Parts: sequence; structure tokens; C-alpha cells
Amino acid sequence: MKQTLAKLGEKFMLCFVDEGYWKWLVEGFRNSLIITFFAILLGFAFGILLATVRSSYDKNEETLKLRGGPGYWILRLFNAVCKIYITIVRGVPVVVQLMIWYFVILVSQDNGVVVAIVAFGFNSAAYVAEIFRGGIMSVDEGQFEAGRSLGFGYVRTMVNIVIPQAVKTVLPTLLNEVIALLKETSVAGYVGIMDLTKAGDLIRGRTFEAFMPLIAVAIIYLVTVVILTAVFTAVERRLRRSER
Amino acid sequence: MKKFLALVLAALMVFAFVACNGTGKDNNGASNASDTSDTSDTSDTTEKATLIMATNAAFPPYEYKEGESFAGIDVEIAGKIAEKLGMTLEIKDVEFGSIIGGVQTGKFDIGMAGMTVTDERLKSVNFSDSYATGIQVVIVKADSEIKSLDDLKGDGSMKFGVQQDTTGDIYASDTIENGGYGKDNVVRYKTGADAVQALKTGKVDAVIIDNEPAKSFVKANEGLSILDGDWVKENYAIAIAKENTELLEKVNGALKELIADGTVKAIIDKYIPAE
Repeated sequence: MKQTLAKLGEKFMLCFVDEGYWKWLVEGFRNSLIITFFAILLGFAFGILLATVRSSYDKNEETLKLRGGPGYWILRLFNAVCKIYITIVRGVPVVVQLMIWYFVILVSQDNGVVVAIVAFGFNSAAYVAEIFRGGIMSVDEGQFEAGRSLGFGYVRTMVNIVIPQAVKTVLPTLLNEVIALLKETSVAGYVGIMDLTKAGDLIRGRTFEAFMPLIAVAIIYLVTVVILTAVFTAVERRLRRSER
Repeated sequence: MKKFLALVLAALMVFAFVACNGTGKDNNGASNASDTSDTSDTSDTTEKATLIMATNAAFPPYEYKEGESFAGIDVEIAGKIAEKLGMTLEIKDVEFGSIIGGVQTGKFDIGMAGMTVTDERLKSVNFSDSYATGIQVVIVKADSEIKSLDDLKGDGSMKFGVQQDTTGDIYASDTIENGGYGKDNVVRYKTGADAVQALKTGKVDAVIIDNEPAKSFVKANEGLSILDGDWVKENYAIAIAKENTELLEKVNGALKELIADGTVKAIIDKYIPAE
């Protein structure tokens, strides 16, 4: 027992302390967080935009069609564009998308982290868009009609009545998306970015020890996800207070 | 009737299970062209008849994929060694960084991937005698400011692309005092081809890579050139687990014969035409 512990300690020193490899883990973790954070911001912003177009079309298709005029066609065109975008982004693996951004589209941008933020952000947007659209569509039509009959316009009804209720519904699903994104960033190493997984990989490649670096990386991801979950649960609980 | 059916089904299941087990052991070796099992003399073999070689088949001309099977200098030499030992060669294509770990734990018998003997690696595995010499060179863009090896600097003004976990990565990531460029100035890609792609698109300023693949890359991509001179010179050898001294002796014996009768040289010359 004592011997095993001593051996484990020795391996721990070899993997993290002796050569200062722990600094790689810190740097990798920092990059993973930066990529996730900004990709989420970008994904939410762009995703909400997509969701607005998609749900406006779904909600107003019939009334606009009856009213006639260019409005219907413009919205229909926007909707089609959003749909194509979502189809492409959801249909291509995120690693492939990342490499396309890195080697084909953002050729002149040599800061890999920026490329990763853009790639993961636009990828996440497609998922966020569908999550939000689902949320908006799930709010009972009666809520919308009530708003309109109280004299609110379409936009005010949406902003003041429908969307707040939608946000509450989609919160758990959004948390899922944040967690998934954090873990998806582990493929950033494919384009030479030093993220957490890559840091573990590098330690593994230099010490030829699989156990220590892999377990360390796994624990760091796990703890981060647990903290994220706690934060979201707290927010959810706070939002639910208004229901009483 | 029902009982009979159940019996038949049970028999079928047992048979299928046994059959699976059997194919798992025998047929994996079919992944490589060199089928040597019939020429074996059994007195010379270990208990298991397959020699599992781990490589990273993205390193021409040492190892690369050709259709469904593998080709290259390492692949052919390994085939000849397996032939000498009376074993069937089975090739596993894994990430370069996973090779030594796998050899160490006995997942693979040998690791052969244009691998250089370094002190760090020797801590984990044994190496056979060297079978080839590798030279690392530096590729730059033809119109680059960098004109010679002396122009390479680790002061943050230039970035170096390498394949992750290769000796190029390890040497370049070392501190400037130790002859490296500092680990922050090195960008590590999964394959050499990715590093070269990054060089082409200007994401790194120079790529440190083995001479032979470097030539292939420069030939395939316009606007790239190799700097004159060797960045570093090194010996390629086969990684074998520390406990497996028996295999190490056998491999060394086979290598000695193959080098003596000119087989190794013939294979290398076949892939690397003399200039």
C-alpha cells in the first residue's frame, strides 16, 4: 500500500511538478474557458437572432400570407436562409468545421483561440437557435392573444410576455448546450490550440504516462461542469420565484 | 419442440461466441500485405504468432496508408523482421503520442514510427539497434525572411510548427539555453501535413520536420523550400517494452541480418531515391 502510494506520488511529480508541466494545464484550462465563454456569447447572440427570424415566420406565416405584400416574401427568404445555415452547421462535425475555419476561411487570422471562438460560436448558434425557437413556440398561444387584446403590439407582446416565459422553459436545455460546448472545445488541439485536453495530451506525449494527465484533465472538466450546473440551478430557482 | 429449439439456439450462440473469439485472434493480421505465417519455422517463434506494430501512418515515406493497407520503409522492414521471427505482422495505426505508452503496457509488441532514441523515451521503453538515420530540417515559405538556420529565433517574433510529440516538438519546445525556441513559440499539430498547411497559410513561420517527409511536402506544395543544412541528426530505432528483453534480442538479431544482407538498404533506397 505504502509502496503504491509512493509510486503514485512519484508519477504525480513526474507528470506535473518536475518539469513544470502543471503550467500547461493552467494555460490549457484558461484557453478552454476563454473559448467557451466567448463562443457562448457569440452563440447566444447569433442564435437568438436566428431564432427570432425562425419563430416570427412560424408564428406569422398565415396572417402575413393573407395580408399579402412583400413582407411575407422577405420573411420567407430570411427563414429559408436561417434554415439552410442551421442544417449545414448541425450536419457537419464540429472538428471539421473548426478545421475549415482555421485552414480555409480565416486564413489570415493566426491567433488560434480567436478562430476557435468563431468556429464554436457559430456552431453553437445553430443549436441555441433551435432551443430558443422551441421555447418561444412552447408558450401557450393564449398568452400571446391575451397580450394583443390588452393593446400590446406584436414586438411588445413578444418581449414582455412571451420571451420571458420562453427563457424560463429553455434554461435547463441551455445549460446543456453550455456544458456540451465546454467539452466540445477539447477538439481545439486539432488546429494547434493549447486547450485543456491538448495540455494533457502533451504531458502524456512527454512522460508516456497515461493515467495521471488523463485523470487530471477529466477531474478539471468535471469540476467545472459541476460548478456551472450549480450556478444555473441557482438562477433557475431565482426565476421560479415569480411563479408563486 | 420448444425445448429442441432452445437447445439449437443455445448451441448456435455458443458456436457464434467461439467463432468470434477465433477470428479475433487470427484474422487481424490480414491488415498487412506481408503474409509470412507459412514460411515460419516454429522453433523460433514465441507463443503468439502475431507481431503487433504500432505506428502513426501519416509520415511518408516511413509509413503511410496506401489504399486499405500500409506502406513505407518502417512497414517493410517490420514485415521482414516478422518474417525472420516467423510471425505475422499486424499494424495498428495510432496517434504518435500513444505509441510508447502502448508499447510500455504491452498493448503493442513494437513501436516503429520513424522514432528517435531520446533519454526521455529510454526511461519508458527499450530501443533496438538503429536501422535508419533521420535528419530534421526546417521548411519555410520560399519568399520568407528566414534564409538560413541561423535566422531562426525563439524571441517570440516567429512561430514554429511541429507535429505533436515528435522529437522536433520536444527539441523546439526546449528553452533557448538548451537549443530550443521556448515552448510558447511552438505550435503543435496532430500531423505533419497540418503543420505544413499552417505554414502555407502563414499561421506559422517555419516547420521543423523530418527530412524525407519534408521533401515530399515541398514537392507537393508550391512556394515552400527547405533551409540548407540539418537542424538535428538522429537515429531511428524500434521501441520495445522494457520487460520484453527476449523480443528485443530477437529483433536486434533479425535487424543485424537484414542490415548485413542489404535488405534494409534496399528498402530505404526504394523509398528514398539517391540524389
